[in-house]
Amino acid sequence: MPNTSQTASSGFTLFPRLSGAAVAGILIAIFLMAFLILPVAQVIYVAFLEARTGSFTLQNFQDFFSTTLFRESFVNSFYVSLMSVVVATVIALPLAYITTRFNFGGAAVIQALGVIPLIMPPFVGAVAMSLLFGRNGSINLLLNQYLGFRIPFMEGLNGVILVQSIHYFPFILINLSASLRNIDRSMEEAAQNLGSYGMRMFRRIVFPLAMPGYLAGAALVFIKVFDDLGTPLLLNVNNMLAPQAYLRITGVGINDPMGYVISFILVAFSVFSLWVSFLFMRGKDYATVQKGGGGLSRRDLKPREKWLAWGVILLILAMVLSPHIGLLLLAFGTIWSFSPLPDGFTVQHFGTIFTQSSQYVWNTLVYAGSAAVVDVVLGTAIAYIVIRTGLPGRKWLDYMATAALAVPGVVLGIGYLRMFHGIQLPFGLGQMSSFWGIIIVALAVRRLPYALRACMAALQQVALSLEEAAESLGASRSSTIRRIVVPLMTGGILAGFVTSFATAAVELSATIMLVGRSSDAPLAYGIYLYMQSPAGRGPGAALGILAVVIVAVGTYLSQRIIERERARQTMTGDQH
Amino acid sequence: MTQTKAGIRIEDLHLSFGDTKVLEGIDMVIEPGEFFAFLGPSGSGKSTLLRAIAGFGPTPRGRILIGDRDIANLPPWRRNVGMVFQSYALWPHMSVRRNVAFGLEERRLPAREIGPKVERALEIVGLLHLADRMPAQLSGGQQQRVALARTIAIEPQVLLLDEPLSNLDAALRVQMRRELLALQRKLGLTTIFVTHDQEEANTTSDRMAVLDKGVIQQIGTPQHLYDQPANAFVAGFLGTANILKGALQGAEFVTAGGQHLPVAAMVKGANCIVLRPQNIHISMSDGTIAGRVAHREFLGSQIRYLVDTADGKIIVDTLHSSGRPPYDEGAPVSLAIDSQNAPLLVA
Repeated sequence: MPNTSQTASSGFTLFPRLSGAAVAGILIAIFLMAFLILPVAQVIYVAFLEARTGSFTLQNFQDFFSTTLFRESFVNSFYVSLMSVVVATVIALPLAYITTRFNFGGAAVIQALGVIPLIMPPFVGAVAMSLLFGRNGSINLLLNQYLGFRIPFMEGLNGVILVQSIHYFPFILINLSASLRNIDRSMEEAAQNLGSYGMRMFRRIVFPLAMPGYLAGAALVFIKVFDDLGTPLLLNVNNMLAPQAYLRITGVGINDPMGYVISFILVAFSVFSLWVSFLFMRGKDYATVQKGGGGLSRRDLKPREKWLAWGVILLILAMVLSPHIGLLLLAFGTIWSFSPLPDGFTVQHFGTIFTQSSQYVWNTLVYAGSAAVVDVVLGTAIAYIVIRTGLPGRKWLDYMATAALAVPGVVLGIGYLRMFHGIQLPFGLGQMSSFWGIIIVALAVRRLPYALRACMAALQQVALSLEEAAESLGASRSSTIRRIVVPLMTGGILAGFVTSFATAAVELSATIMLVGRSSDAPLAYGIYLYMQSPAGRGPGAALGILAVVIVAVGTYLSQRIIERERARQTMTGDQH
Repeated sequence: MTQTKAGIRIEDLHLSFGDTKVLEGIDMVIEPGEFFAFLGPSGSGKSTLLRAIAGFGPTPRGRILIGDRDIANLPPWRRNVGMVFQSYALWPHMSVRRNVAFGLEERRLPAREIGPKVERALEIVGLLHLADRMPAQLSGGQQQRVALARTIAIEPQVLLLDEPLSNLDAALRVQMRRELLALQRKLGLTTIFVTHDQEEANTTSDRMAVLDKGVIQQIGTPQHLYDQPANAFVAGFLGTANILKGALQGAEFVTAGGQHLPVAAMVKGANCIVLRPQNIHISMSDGTIAGRVAHREFLGSQIRYLVDTADGKIIVDTLHSSGRPPYDEGAPVSLAIDSQNAPLLVA
């Protein structure tokens, strides 16, 4: 960098002149240290401390594993995560297979199936699902009335598995279809040419090539389910790890070591699964598609196969839509209990939330909006520093920001409580750990990895020569960034903003720990509060509908932006 | 390795993608043990024809015989036709050895036979020492050889090569094409080689078929096609050609620009003459056709002139010898044409 060479020649200075990038890099590093690394490190550290004396000990872990409830929670969390991966695979596999192997008219439906579940946070649909599939839910009432038996869809852990796998299967679907699509036709043709065909060829060639993509999706589902707090809480399943951590810290207190031990286990498992999936992926980037080629050869479905395919898809569609349908029924229903459908319909619940609970909506817009702004500012700065400068240690900014992926919301929440609970803020803002601003920080840190990826991708598509052209015409570094780089990144930045906003708007696990007063609470917390009592379910569902609308609009907008950008990129790309 | 030599016979083959006709009325006979090239520009249908022989792509109408077996309706895995893909299509999750063994395993050969056959195939392409590498650890040229070894390991009746040299750099391309030819001669395998590069086709093939727009334009030895092109497309595709319009008058071809060119061959109704640039001599005033240099390109061993004449622009190549000053653009020149053996066309 030109600036540093000048300082070097001028000899020792008390305050070395740093480049703008270096200053920005240092500030970001301080922010990430303060709000991500240190709080999590603190949580892990406390897990190894004797609560009273403050000396190092493994006693806490021994206590944890000698308590039946905790052992059970550990096994349950593991079992639920594993089964969710299995069920999600069962849902995703036929969909991925049908879209990539056949000329199928319903491809658009399958694409929609990959998005619909993601626009509803799982905890929002959880209660609706128990009204549809629970012991006395619509389906079981009908089954019992006509066929004389019930199916325990929602009993205990089954409910968590069902809700989670319906919500998270798109991760497997998207990854698996992408890797199937990345297999070049010649891979298959070469096998046929050498005498292989049918299932045998699928097993020996197609399946191994698609494996890395599948494992990436499966690992993601495993971690998400393992770390999730909202769904088990709303389904009243408390014998799992994340709910136990939450209950210990909020119930027993901030000094109870068990919350920290559980946090340590959650983080360790997240890191471990990410590491395992990384190991599997390493050196196995099997994308083999040649230019002009494209995916496996497809064939037309025979009529009978077509009916079968539609049957499978409609069944999955019904499952995927059931939380949405349940939520709508709850939100517009009067009383819904021991009957397949609500007794009557009303819009009163929406009236209730707009008169009583509009602060939830307002708070959500402020929190998620601010967090998303923080994310794109940090994301753009980190992307620029990492990709375009030679700042020493710049990669660490990327690593630190991305590390948030491995930190469950509960753990971050506990870390903030522990770190900031003694700190009084000036101007009568009260304790830092219960100040509403800390919720924004938590949301920003949690969503930063996604915003950062979007910004990185956007910057990588801005050719270096465009910057060099501006500089050779006399523009300084900073005005090049301002006038050339950022405008060209706009699409990616906007997409990052919208994604951060939409997902932050429905985040529950970190916020639930940090909400000080009901008046500071966002939408997700409001839904949680309402859903606690049967009478609150109607308004809670109405809030849930609002949440779904916010995420759906956000998802739609970010897709549109990304598509428009892509169209622009290919347009300019074709010219050289 | 002992292959049963088999010839290929294609009879009245038609193929279309939806409503687009890609191949029309293909008829050809490829002799056992022959190295045969399909030459044509992109979109000419040459790769489609090769893939049709291997059994890929839409089902064609017509007959494809290997030896005396009609394979047109067999699935690819029953044809015993070895194909080397343009992209090599090595499976990235299998080692070199596993890649080469694949076809033998699919044929349910006992393991004790597979091992030696794999080693033999790898030995033939000179890669036995890399047998336990993964494909990603190999260079482009090595990957190509593995793809070749994988194909010859199954001892196919014919070998199909789909633009096998297009992914290699220029120096390696020349080396590989010699190796391919040497290997083909050694194995005596009936081979079809698809390429858009006339030099590759000329240097390797015994005979070739020139395709354009899904139709075979001409079949013959490289030299025959160059010297006696059947039409303007073949004349222009194989090397550079000046094609002048005109008419035969006795033993002379009279061009539209009024030049009288003596010719030996008599082709009834000929209205075009094909003049190769190296058969035209450029000088200040020793020729019969007056012209003016419109453009000059220095090609190293040669200098290529574009000369404006009464018959339009004519391309002339002269050997370059250092020190001799070339004719400048705009300079008046005179061309002498050696037309005795120039082919005549009916266009």
